[in-house]
Amino acid sequence: MDVVDQDALGRWDGLSSRDAGSRDSAMETIQQELMRIVEAIGHAPASQPRSPASPGPPCRVLNGILAHLLMLSKRCPFQDIRERCGWLLQTVQDLGVRSPRPLANGPSRFIPEKEILHVSKGDDRTQSIFEDAFVALGRLDNISLVMGFHPQYLEGFLRTQHYLLQMDGPLSLHYRHYIGIMAAARHQCSYLVNLHVNDFLQVGGDPKWLKGLDGAPQKLQHLGELNKILAHRPWLLTKDHIEHLLKAEEHSWSLAELIHAVVLLTHYHSLASFTFGCGITPDIHCEGGHTFRPPSLSQYCVCDIANGNGHAYHHDDLLGNEEVSGEVEVLMEKMKQLQECHEEETSQEEMVERFEREKTESMLVVTAEDEESAPSRDVSRHFEDPSYGYKDFSRRGEHVPTFRVQDYSWEDHGFSLVNRLYPDVGQMLDEKFQMAASLTYNTMASHKDVDTSMLRRAIWNYIHCMFGIRYDDYDYGEINQLLDRSFKIYIKTMVCIPEKTTKRMYESFWRQFQHSEKVHVNLLLMEARMQAELLYALRAITRYMT
Amino acid sequence: MEKMSRVSTALGGGGGAVSGRTMFCHLDAPANAISVCRDASQVVVAGRNIFKIYALEDEQFVEKLNLRVGRKPSLNFSCADVMWHQMEENLLATAATNGAVVTWNLGKPSRNKQDQLFTEHKRTVNKVCFHPSEVYMLLSGSQDGFMKCFDLRKKESVSTFSGQSESVRDVQFSMKEYFTFAASFENGNVQLWDIRRPDRYERMFTAHNGPVFCCDWHPDDRGWLATGGRDKMVKVWDMSTTRAKEIHCVQTIASVARVKWRPERKWHLATCSMMVDHNIYVWDVRRPFIPFATFEEHKDVTTGIAWRHQHDPHFLLSGSKDSTLYQHMFKDASRPVDKANPEGLCFGLFGDLAFAAKESLISSDANRKPYPGGDRRYPIFFFKKPDLTEQFAHVSSALSVFETGLESGRMDWFSQTARLYLLSGKPFAELCDHNAKVAKELNRPQVSTTWTMVRIMFSDPANPNLSAKLGTLPLMNSFSMKDMGACPDMGACPDMGACPADRGKEGRSDAAHLEPGTSHISNNDDNEETEGSDGQAEYMFGDAELDDDDLYSVEHDNPAEDQEYTLPQEAFPLRHEILDNPSAPEPLQQDKAESPHVSGGEAEATCLTPIESCSLISASQPLYTAHLPAGFFCPVVRDMLRYYAEQGDVQMAVSVLIVLGERIRKEIDDLTQEHWYTSYIDLLQRFELWNVSNEVIKLSTCGAITCLNQTSTTLHVNCSNCKRPMSNRGWVCDRCHQCASVCAVCHHVVKGLFVWCQGCSHGGHLEHMMHWLKSSPHCPAGCGHLCEYT
Repeated sequence: MDVVDQDALGRWDGLSSRDAGSRDSAMETIQQELMRIVEAIGHAPASQPRSPASPGPPCRVLNGILAHLLMLSKRCPFQDIRERCGWLLQTVQDLGVRSPRPLANGPSRFIPEKEILHVSKGDDRTQSIFEDAFVALGRLDNISLVMGFHPQYLEGFLRTQHYLLQMDGPLSLHYRHYIGIMAAARHQCSYLVNLHVNDFLQVGGDPKWLKGLDGAPQKLQHLGELNKILAHRPWLLTKDHIEHLLKAEEHSWSLAELIHAVVLLTHYHSLASFTFGCGITPDIHCEGGHTFRPPSLSQYCVCDIANGNGHAYHHDDLLGNEEVSGEVEVLMEKMKQLQECHEEETSQEEMVERFEREKTESMLVVTAEDEESAPSRDVSRHFEDPSYGYKDFSRRGEHVPTFRVQDYSWEDHGFSLVNRLYPDVGQMLDEKFQMAASLTYNTMASHKDVDTSMLRRAIWNYIHCMFGIRYDDYDYGEINQLLDRSFKIYIKTMVCIPEKTTKRMYESFWRQFQHSEKVHVNLLLMEARMQAELLYALRAITRYMT
Repeated sequence: MEKMSRVSTALGGGGGAVSGRTMFCHLDAPANAISVCRDASQVVVAGRNIFKIYALEDEQFVEKLNLRVGRKPSLNFSCADVMWHQMEENLLATAATNGAVVTWNLGKPSRNKQDQLFTEHKRTVNKVCFHPSEVYMLLSGSQDGFMKCFDLRKKESVSTFSGQSESVRDVQFSMKEYFTFAASFENGNVQLWDIRRPDRYERMFTAHNGPVFCCDWHPDDRGWLATGGRDKMVKVWDMSTTRAKEIHCVQTIASVARVKWRPERKWHLATCSMMVDHNIYVWDVRRPFIPFATFEEHKDVTTGIAWRHQHDPHFLLSGSKDSTLYQHMFKDASRPVDKANPEGLCFGLFGDLAFAAKESLISSDANRKPYPGGDRRYPIFFFKKPDLTEQFAHVSSALSVFETGLESGRMDWFSQTARLYLLSGKPFAELCDHNAKVAKELNRPQVSTTWTMVRIMFSDPANPNLSAKLGTLPLMNSFSMKDMGACPDMGACPDMGACPADRGKEGRSDAAHLEPGTSHISNNDDNEETEGSDGQAEYMFGDAELDDDDLYSVEHDNPAEDQEYTLPQEAFPLRHEILDNPSAPEPLQQDKAESPHVSGGEAEATCLTPIESCSLISASQPLYTAHLPAGFFCPVVRDMLRYYAEQGDVQMAVSVLIVLGERIRKEIDDLTQEHWYTSYIDLLQRFELWNVSNEVIKLSTCGAITCLNQTSTTLHVNCSNCKRPMSNRGWVCDRCHQCASVCAVCHHVVKGLFVWCQGCSHGGHLEHMMHWLKSSPHCPAGCGHLCEYT
């Protein structure tokens, strides 16, 4: 939907209600309107085929509505709307109007649709969170659906995101969405870009800005540099960058605005990681989420077959593979060993060595570069200098000093700074980090009552290690024991160059684990990355202030 | 050797045993913690890359010993905390960031003084603490959520205390009770433990919101514990009762990293902060608003503080991230109290102004009268008995009360104007006319004139000919009729019939001004010259009315209309007769201004004169050069708006800005506009003109202003069923799964206006509730609450 007319925006508002009665009447209005449009088009020369390729304006509106209806019929948490929309689509189709069908099956390319939707239907809590999200936004995006595996986390995540985008804050609404677009575009995440382009226009943003960063105000252009560094090489951030932003005459940022912007940037960088890491598909009503073409054999998506959307048991076949069986047991055994054999003393030098080794090795983890993704919207125009990407920081000889968490930690320092300049957000982020770090069901694949804290900590610290952040009190040898190579490749790709994540990577690690556990891993990766970026940014700001 | 420096040359007076001065030395690296040995002669500094002992001499710090030995120091030297044993002077303990607890024996002959190494903690150890009287007992608290008690004669810990996986930030043995220690946690809790019972804590309470970074037992008072947290508070708890009771609370400006009671001063404690703020404060807990003393020497955050001697309150040592170690003399501290001016200012209900200030500051004022209420000391309970232990300077203040005159301070015109002005919804010209009329009725001629002028300037100068040729006369008639009907002032005009005629004439004269095609300045001269002569005729008119207000309106209203309707007539023949009509009132105006009783509005009017005449001239310009660019008047109007804003009439500035909208917006920079808007909105809200302020917000074009309406729009409600707060958005209660917005009278869900009682949460349709409560004082839901509908 490139054309966003005001009508279309108001149309769906009535559905975002908890009251079944008002939803019903809103549906009624929509139905009437739809019929009116269908009729109007029907009166136009009927011989002319209504192809989506060259739609006239009324046709485009109609298609927009149909796409939205399709989205509602699949994704709305309210049963009544789902049914009604489905029925309406059917009716329209019977009238001879070509109706759309979803292009992708399910919210994720990696995870079978059934499994995701099964979760949301089974759990009251998830259901009520979904309803909340729908009531607030009038849609339920695929990210939330996938996160629905972990309702405790999802709740905090949505609350934070809602606060960042909608509630009191130093930046105006369209700035917030634009910064979100900038951040997502850095990783060529067309999903998030599309989502926020719509929101951006909805809150009255200037479409000119979307042509590229050049069209945006000077102030936002200044932010481009920070965006670039934060996304790819946060360790290069210095207080000079901050000073440059804060002392730019009439285009300068205030500290509070900057903190807000930094939180948004890091939020969307890491959310882009999640989006790619879970293979989130475009929302049904957005561009690329649906098609008006009838299904044909050649159109059939190969990945649908592979991820079990086509054949239900395909995925399980993979698991039956003999060479991977026992993977979980091996991992658990290692964890047990590590817990027991603590008497064996390692010298301090050895420990330092291990961190450095892990740091350098993480650089050498080669990431697959074969599959090029082609973003549907030209996202590259939202940022400058597309050649600037992730560079391993110790490869080019310039040794960057290690960031010691004991000297600048989120709990002691980062939190205070954020909360001072952007009240309440520090608290929310703190809760979100804690939730992500402490979330556990004490299960591993099919095993129950496992203490996974060691594994979670290894993942968290490995990611921070890739950013050069070191915990004095951690033995980095554990990482080598617990994370195997394919898992490391996945983490590295997802955190540093998420746009290169492929389905093969997703599948090749931890084959016996549940999808929900893999999503859990993704949440960890996302939060760890966000905290790492935030730490660098906040440290630079603190240095500027002192 | 370290480089030593002196800061002050004054010799420390100090208390007997120790002496010294304010001094500092550079360390090689940032310090994390410091600790003093018992006889106050040496201090140990520990940090990630530093672990040294300095001797405190009278004039300087002298490095005694570097404990970081070895070519490639291990992480065991990376200290988060250090403590010097208070009984055994050779014994030190450090907490390492890698989770090790290390003890050091200075009596060892070798270079490496490391004594014992305990690696039982899995995460960073945040704190170590020796028992105050037991030589071999050491306590540690770690990030991994455990506290461990070590007997230094053994290789392992003797007992482990579990904080249920909450990170421990501080542990402190009680000074007086042998077996007790306190531990503070990252989740805001403080626990009290008996060292003999590792199975569970004796007592736990929530002290802060967020991590409690530090705690300290009072050295003398056995029950007092001070805690400091990330929530920027320092709290003092009385632990002697069964429930820990908060007895004092000090609000600082940054999260509190360390807190230390001051020796020999019961109420004093020193704090330093974790972030942003680099100073060390000494507080008197009874005076929580202003620090008793401040040390401002550090350039980066202070990480460790220690009183040099446990019975001497005059020396404070501190280490900092800026790699310096300081000894602060108390007498060199800055006393914020001295700089603070104890002043207070408050408005009374009826506009009276009370002002209290230090007596010395306002004693010179001879005009002061005693307050009618009697002696200044009359409310005797205001006086606190001077407490000798409180070292705050006692200040006596004088209170002045300024009463406002009944009329002078009246701001009626402001709210009236705000209410009556129209800012949108009608054609531009009508808005201006309306507002001009409003101003005139409120006896503000200058403002009224300005509105008229604005209208003249911006009313569609592009195609005057067209509209004029077509329907000049009828239009003019209808307009003037309407005008007269609506405006009582005009009705009072003695000669109704003459009015339209006058008007027509004036317009033409106006036009005539420019006929010679001279420059502005010469026009001005023209004006002045003719004032005396030709103004005569007009004086008659003015005298007849005896009301300068009307004069104004005649003068300015008329040209306004004329410009639009009669100007294109170009009725040349009549022109010269009434050549200088518009300038006629000016002398009158000046007379007024010179008269002694100048009221607010009139005073302004005098200043306005130049602007007025100036704009008059430019206003008439389009008559002849009909194709002036649209922005021609903008500079003038901009200056006019600035002028009003500077005069304090921001109302006018904003109103004109809104009415002119795009026409003028580009001329004034955004910041100024925003400033005007916020001032006006603030004023409106103080006058409780919510509707107007909202309208202004809505109409403003500044992004920063329009978004005001989008902030703080959250409404907190209780469910009417279970009376619990509704956390959800929307109207379904989480707990009882019922729709909360059901009308208590008709039991239908309310859509639209919903009114409810804040006492019992019941409510319903506005009309139903009104109706019900007319007949019964009780809540319609039958809950027994006596609701009140106001």
